[in-house]
Amino acid sequence: MSVRESHGSPRPASSMRTPLGRVRHLGASHSGTSDFWRQRVTAVALTVLIVPVIVVVMMLLGRNQAGAAQILGSWPIAIIMLLFVIASAWHMKIGMQVVIEDYVHNEKLKLATIMANNFFSAAVALASIYAILKLSSGV
Amino acid sequence: MAEFALPKNSRITGGKTWPKPPAATETREFRIYRWNPDDGKNPSVDTYYVDIQDCGPMVLDGLIWIKNNIDPTLTFRRSCREGVCGSCAMNIDGQNTLACTKSMHDVTDGAVKVNPLPHQPVVKDLVPDLTNFYAQYASIEPWLKTTTPTPQKEWRQSHEDREKLDGLYECILCACCSTSCPSYWWNSERFLGPAALLQATRWVKDSRDEATGERLDDLEDPFRLYRCHTIMNCAKACPKGLNPSEAIAELKLKLVERQI
Repeated sequence: MSVRESHGSPRPASSMRTPLGRVRHLGASHSGTSDFWRQRVTAVALTVLIVPVIVVVMMLLGRNQAGAAQILGSWPIAIIMLLFVIASAWHMKIGMQVVIEDYVHNEKLKLATIMANNFFSAAVALASIYAILKLSSGV
Repeated sequence: MAEFALPKNSRITGGKTWPKPPAATETREFRIYRWNPDDGKNPSVDTYYVDIQDCGPMVLDGLIWIKNNIDPTLTFRRSCREGVCGSCAMNIDGQNTLACTKSMHDVTDGAVKVNPLPHQPVVKDLVPDLTNFYAQYASIEPWLKTTTPTPQKEWRQSHEDREKLDGLYECILCACCSTSCPSYWWNSERFLGPAALLQATRWVKDSRDEATGERLDDLEDPFRLYRCHTIMNCAKACPKGLNPSEAIAELKLKLVERQI
């Protein structure tokens, strides 16, 4: 049993690269700050938006489609809901990507799950936006 | 995926209970992780009884007493025995700390349980392989970088600017923080970890350094820096009372500051 095999952190024992070479690897990607900042921006937006959204959801409870369309037909309510959908979908996408990067170490699986996460978030956001626009425009 | 269980050959099995010292009137139980790279066996936890009338108060005193009086094969690093060198960093009673500054009397819950720093390859017993940790420290280039010709005397720094390095320069690189960080456990190959990032902050904040931008360039990376999720195990573990979490937050703030 080699030293490298003895504990949890897997390090390729066969690699003859120097430790510093391994740490430098492909270099810094010079990115990440935008996602970090957007996650904070959407978090602040969501804390502000969550109160009116809860009020709107409570107003919608027990109503039929016509009633819902009437409430969402009001432009401030529709805009609040649209902002909420955009902020939450964006926040969800960044948050999920962080979880994937933390725990999925297989490069191919990581690329596939990050791609799926992007598709899922975009689909959820677009479906919600479409529904709000449809209800609020009364089409 | 991240590994949540130890590999088969790292799982702890059995362990020897060494007899109590016959002349001792008062003993303290120590349960110590043992692993020998040469015998091909899995790690075990051995139980020792330390004569506390014949031994200093710190956990390191207990380990040295065991090595001198019971089992000379017990292997651990130690040097200064006063919290300056960082050699005797280990996991004591579930917390990464220095064995030389941790009193065995502060461990109130049964035996004194001693393990090597978590999630690092083990060289033997309580000695972790910190090669990657030191390479990460080297990668942040921890020295003054300037373009301006070196002055006749020293590089000057105001008292105010010098104060900005307080809470950063005291780091002894014991690795207690980095090896307590779950993000570092999952991504120690790519995440620089709290210790290297605290040191990076120390050079980014040094008013005499002229490579601040290049330093930030080298840190701006989803893995090198942004794996820190402010879990703050690092601040809890630091035996010198430093706060790597806060230092990392300062790096993130500087990166946002230069962008917006």
